[in-house]
Amino acid sequence: MHEGHIMQKLTNYLPWLKPVIKLVKGENPTEQIKIILAKVGTPLLGLVIFLIIWAGAASAIDTSLGKFPGPGEVRTQFLNLLDESKAEKEKEIAFYERQQKRNEAKLAKDPNAKVKIRPYTGNPTFFDQIGTSLVTVLSGFILASLIAIPIGIIIGLSPGLYAAFNPIIQLFKPVSPLAWLPLVTMVVSAVYVTKDPMFSKSYLTSMITVLLCCLWPTMINTAVGVASISKDLINVSKVLRLSWLTNIYKIVIPSSLPMMFTGLRLSLGIAWMVLIAAEMLAQNPGLGKFVWDEFQNGSSNSLGRIMVAVLVIGAIGFLLDRGMLTLQRVLSWDKTADIR
Amino acid sequence: MTHTVPHLELTGVSIDFPTPNGPFRALNKVNLKIEEGEFISLIGHSGCGKSTVLNIVAGLYKATEGGVLLDGKEVDEPGPERAVVFQNHSLLPWLTAYENVELAVKQVFKGQKTKPEMKEWIEHNLNLVHMDHAMDKRPDEISGGMKQRVGIARALAMEPKILLMDEPFGALDALTRAHLQDSLMEITSSLGNTVIMITHDVDEAVLLSDRIVMMTNGPAATIGEILEVNLERPRNRVELSDDSEYNHYRHAVLQFLYEKQRNPDDKTEASKTDKEEMSEEASMASEKLTDNKPEAA
Repeated sequence: MHEGHIMQKLTNYLPWLKPVIKLVKGENPTEQIKIILAKVGTPLLGLVIFLIIWAGAASAIDTSLGKFPGPGEVRTQFLNLLDESKAEKEKEIAFYERQQKRNEAKLAKDPNAKVKIRPYTGNPTFFDQIGTSLVTVLSGFILASLIAIPIGIIIGLSPGLYAAFNPIIQLFKPVSPLAWLPLVTMVVSAVYVTKDPMFSKSYLTSMITVLLCCLWPTMINTAVGVASISKDLINVSKVLRLSWLTNIYKIVIPSSLPMMFTGLRLSLGIAWMVLIAAEMLAQNPGLGKFVWDEFQNGSSNSLGRIMVAVLVIGAIGFLLDRGMLTLQRVLSWDKTADIR
Repeated sequence: MTHTVPHLELTGVSIDFPTPNGPFRALNKVNLKIEEGEFISLIGHSGCGKSTVLNIVAGLYKATEGGVLLDGKEVDEPGPERAVVFQNHSLLPWLTAYENVELAVKQVFKGQKTKPEMKEWIEHNLNLVHMDHAMDKRPDEISGGMKQRVGIARALAMEPKILLMDEPFGALDALTRAHLQDSLMEITSSLGNTVIMITHDVDEAVLLSDRIVMMTNGPAATIGEILEVNLERPRNRVELSDDSEYNHYRHAVLQFLYEKQRNPDDKTEASKTDKEEMSEEASMASEKLTDNKPEAA
């Protein structure tokens, strides 16, 4: 019974799991296979058709760096990138092993000898770069949300503040990250001056640019969500004489949660798009820089490698959105909301 | 009759709503005294300001002139001693029935009841409205009648001095409404609550009330007549439906509503004067403010 309850919860949050679980349980298998095929088959067919068109179109495009990469070339380059990263990891392990041996030998000779431990300074692999990008985008997005949600709640509560803030939000919302970037770069290099920097400047520049671009959807959606709380619920809160803070976290936040999540999802999507551009120009060692370096490199493999990056960027963006969706399903009370 | 201080007293209550054409007087000089334990119905055509009276007693609106005294103290803000049951239940959709009542109980009895006492009190009130079987259900999982029951439980759990009900059964089907009316009679007779209830339903008013307050049409609506209903309690709807006294009361209310105060919506377009048009506009504005759903387009 308890297990059933967990399953129920799980399939509420991840509805696509339902037929799979039923199939595993052996519940009417032919029916479940049909459902899975209907759910998976059609998208799969779409993907196959896309690959065929892509391969056809790619072979017809000639560039100064050779033919436009088709699916086959992209696959080869992806495997290359995997190999390179494996080789790089092996090098790194070897480096630390050598260092440790040298240090041990030194200490054996003279127990008081000063031992230096140097970090490995090899090239970041493609997968390291994905990691950097994720860290940058998530830190920018979380920081932006921490700023945008409280401001959104406060301006949503007061029609006056809302009217005052709205033009500012509308003014900054459409600004391209490329316009912010030079300003952010200059400000970061002027303000962030320390001897022992915790973060690299390129990271800060990209992160702050992401932050500036993804503040607005969360802020405006939170404000609208808060402003449109049902009058009845506000009256309930008044009759109960809830304090300001209790009112916020018992009434205001729960009832505006669905709108807040719409904003957060928009913001995360924007954050990811902005990040690639910001990294390209700020030279933050992430996916954006990878694309830029490959472009500057201009080898016959470059276009294929860029195409790998394009697909990875798309896939990660998709996963981030699904992640937010799942989080929304877990946190929001409004399970009936049409979530896509 | 010796004059004690009434439980609730409305004195010269008038209210103006701002409109683009200047202030609109929705209520004019409403005077009403209510004794403890009385069940009062407010009846009148839509837009006559019934909800406005209730909202002023609740403290959600401030009277422009006059005021409300509850046990000799002026009402100037909303509070749990004047609990409101809203027309569309207004339960928090993200909380279960139990948690909805709990929110009220925690707020009202903070520091007065211990945790187990609170739990018992919440369950007791849900029992009163026969909702103990669905305590852990959320509003979207229960029917309209059940939601309204939970709404009533939440209001009762505040131990209000006076219970304000804004068309509590208006959105329910006839059978469910009858059930809830019976439940309400049962509860008020055992607890002795003072109740003000707004209704559109003549039968409901006669069946439940000690007095029926009939309001004139707006603008500047006020109390037209007050009808005392001296039917013996407990009242039985089936027996009463064949009772001449009951039908006499019914007749009196119907006469007031349909002969003395004709529904403003019945007027033909042609006979509309400018003044009436303006007042209609303003009453629409006031309806927006009271958040009433207008019955007639």
